[in-house]
Amino acid sequence: MAFDDAYQALTDHDDDARWAYGTGFTDPLAGVPGGFPEGVDRADLAAYHLMLGDDALIMSHRLQQWVTHAPELEDELALANIGLDLLGQARLLLTRAGEAEGEGRDEDALAYHRGPAEFRNVRLAERGDADFAHLVGRLLFFTTWRLSLFDRLASAPDPMLAAIAAKGVKELTYHRDYAARWVVRLGDGTDLSHRRMTAAVGALLPLTEELFQPSEVELRLSASGIAVDPSSLRAEFDAVLAEVFAAATLKPAPMAATNAEPAGHDTESPGHDTDPTGRGTDPTGRGTDPTGRGRDGEHTEALSEILAELQQLARAVPWGVW
Amino acid sequence: MAAPRSAAAVVGAVVDPELPMVTLVELGIVREVREDAGAVLVTITPTYSGCPAMEAIRDDILGALRRAGWTHAVVRTRIAPAWTTDWISESGRRKLAEAGIAPPGAAPRRAAGPVPLTLTPRPVVIACPRCGDTATEEIAAFGATACRELRRCPACGEPFEHMKEI
Repeated sequence: MAFDDAYQALTDHDDDARWAYGTGFTDPLAGVPGGFPEGVDRADLAAYHLMLGDDALIMSHRLQQWVTHAPELEDELALANIGLDLLGQARLLLTRAGEAEGEGRDEDALAYHRGPAEFRNVRLAERGDADFAHLVGRLLFFTTWRLSLFDRLASAPDPMLAAIAAKGVKELTYHRDYAARWVVRLGDGTDLSHRRMTAAVGALLPLTEELFQPSEVELRLSASGIAVDPSSLRAEFDAVLAEVFAAATLKPAPMAATNAEPAGHDTESPGHDTDPTGRGTDPTGRGTDPTGRGRDGEHTEALSEILAELQQLARAVPWGVW
Repeated sequence: MAAPRSAAAVVGAVVDPELPMVTLVELGIVREVREDAGAVLVTITPTYSGCPAMEAIRDDILGALRRAGWTHAVVRTRIAPAWTTDWISESGRRKLAEAGIAPPGAAPRRAAGPVPLTLTPRPVVIACPRCGDTATEEIAAFGATACRELRRCPACGEPFEHMKEI
């Protein structure tokens, strides 16, 4: 189909195709045979899909905030592509969460019409990035953990969740490679980049503890093999990070058992790459309750800021169609 | 009135909205076209989880069938097994190359155990679609769409796109 200009293509109402413009999207699982495994608690299943979907949705939004702020055009494309993959995963998982819940909530209802306390993403996903080193460090930790998790879910007994995970494994593999290569480049780069990468890793590692603490829903579902107990992912996560840190000449201090305040929050030369996303976010990413967990709906102020941006239009015009 | 075209022929002529030089069948997105008592069931497999073209693809298939007189048509999505570039046909690969997009090589095979980390780009041989030289190098692993990366050819000096193996 040919158009004289891009605007005409976007606004042509005779054409059903809308791409990423407008509200004409159908459910991403349209035409996929539904159904859930027998004998599994639907509420638990809904809650579990919500956790996995929220992780992807919030991380995707954080990545999108870097577009127009990344150091190079190529990295803008990379971050936008990774964000789009995660958004696709979020759509599938939230749609499935709504179906399991059975109360008529679709992906939009779940993404746009829940408050912060109803979100179940880990806090690592919502944290603002103080600089590009923080971003690639956070992306490395997030994708390493999620890849390991999805790789196990790909053989889960729920065929739909297994299919979503198997698809996600292919994508998360190159997401993790992208993040790891940047961590190596910065860690094994100049004195300045090494210092900033070291500071980022030191600040972010304490947030990874939460990734391996199972919620009650995960414990119940993993007993029947439907979910993965995240504590079982620790060894693979540590092995991957050790490989990256070695290549990056990074030697993070062993983590204290307590939630010690991360040291050395970067104060050097705030440049063009500094914090496009934080806007006053608590740099520790922990808000008022340092022990709270995102899986329990206990979030930092950062999530409220993300949702204010993400949900603003849908909430202002809930009946809007264009 | 001309003889009605088979549903498979109609769907087989629908091109990809982002890569209009190849059809959806050549890309391996259309998995199956079944006719049953005047109704058509088309099965497609999405390429990437977030690919925004899936919506357009579904509409394009239904529109083509409608215009050919098939008014009872359903597009069903099959998400397992996941799409792989290995499903792109020989003619699809040739047309991509003719349009300046280097076609994908064989998709990576995975051994048992954890997914391996790849800290340096794989030493792949991707021929320049313009001059055929194989000493091309990666510029960026992410391009204008999820499925493409940017490379350059030192021999002829031109940048080009390559469809990534997945």
